[in-house]
Amino acid sequence: MTERLSNTRQEAGAFMERDFSQHPPAFTPGYKSSTLRAPKQALISFASTLTEKTGPAFGHNMLGELDNDLIVNYARPGEEAIGQRIVVHGYLLDQNAKPVPNVLVEFWQANAGGRYRHKREGYRAPLDPNFGGFGRTITDENGYYWFRTIKPGPYPWPNGVNDWRPAHIHFSLFGSGFAQRLISQMYFEGDPLIPICPIVNTVPDKSAIDRLIARLDMNNTIPMDLRAYRFDMVLRGRRSTFFENRPEGN
Amino acid sequence: MRNPLDILKETPSQTAGPYVHIGMTPNVYDIQGVTPEDLGLRVVSDGVKGERITVKGRVIDGGGNPVFDCVVEIWQADSNGIYNSPAEHRSGVDPNFAGWGRQAAGNKGEFSFDTIKPGAVPVAGGGFMAPHISFWIVARGINIGLHTRMYFSDEDAANAKDPVLAKARMIGRDHTMIGKRDGDTVNFDIYLQGENETVFLDV
Repeated sequence: MTERLSNTRQEAGAFMERDFSQHPPAFTPGYKSSTLRAPKQALISFASTLTEKTGPAFGHNMLGELDNDLIVNYARPGEEAIGQRIVVHGYLLDQNAKPVPNVLVEFWQANAGGRYRHKREGYRAPLDPNFGGFGRTITDENGYYWFRTIKPGPYPWPNGVNDWRPAHIHFSLFGSGFAQRLISQMYFEGDPLIPICPIVNTVPDKSAIDRLIARLDMNNTIPMDLRAYRFDMVLRGRRSTFFENRPEGN
Repeated sequence: MRNPLDILKETPSQTAGPYVHIGMTPNVYDIQGVTPEDLGLRVVSDGVKGERITVKGRVIDGGGNPVFDCVVEIWQADSNGIYNSPAEHRSGVDPNFAGWGRQAAGNKGEFSFDTIKPGAVPVAGGGFMAPHISFWIVARGINIGLHTRMYFSDEDAANAKDPVLAKARMIGRDHTMIGKRDGDTVNFDIYLQGENETVFLDV
């Protein structure tokens, strides 16, 4: 599984303490599913050990050619998914503003009508026979990623009696250490459902919510084909290791 | 001008939602064929060194209901306590050892990983952590992925010296992090909330 892509020694220090003000608390009654799934006890905090400083790596050779093209990766030969054609792109950085290279980025989403291809999904909007809704890529040496897809639709969900999710794409991110593991959601600039979404509003800090919103990127839009959305993401950074010239086990 | 001490803020977490399987275990549900197989199916492969075990358990919510729609990932060291990671600076990891696994829970919230018992892992400043497996759980209703560790019931002496378990012991909850050994099986149920709430970690 592990394929070292360069002979540069991988940064391996402890992670900076997580800033929980940027994240939703576990218990958020406005999002009802959280109420029975939220731990009530305090988390136990400790400085990263080797267990959290390390994490799995995936080689670029594991990717299929169409893994980052949701318009065609589930479509019948010669056909394409229905919807507004977009490309989503950006950089994965750490808190020190360093690129996070060679890490797996997974994404999933509803189709243009707001319907997921999932057996527990019951929304009346139709499935698109040419759209699966799953893709993945691996960041390049600059932490850059991109994929092509269709813009997902908003959809209703059972929480309040009239809650609608804003259009969004789910992201699963790996870093170089298991402590960096993160799942989030990307929203689209200008969507009026963003400020009234109970899941968006689990994040208490408005400026943090703003960092979940992708911007329309006209400079990278392909004329007469697809619009570009720019979405940069940040994983936890590692502390400097001034005096740790003898890492654990040596 | 930017203050040189400023750091970027981490991207906020959002729930993995009810359809997490589309993105993380697509072949288990309805997205066959985009990838040949799901990632994380095999923590170890044939020829791996160490004691083969099956780690199984269930994820339960605060109402005693199975968390049937969660995804569980594990991360562990090989039988010598070495991680299979570019961030592991010691060499010699077992070539038949991946060390990372991922599963969608079943309808009863159950998971089952075929793996090996990990070795002890050294800590900064000397000493070792007792053998343990890291767990990370995401699901609808979980706003930020939950980290915990499973230790082994047949490692009393090592567990007594483990620095993370020591913190859980101070609040009388270390027992929630111990997987119960029964032959080749280790049973580890994870309670998100309630009387038996598992210790979760800010790693």
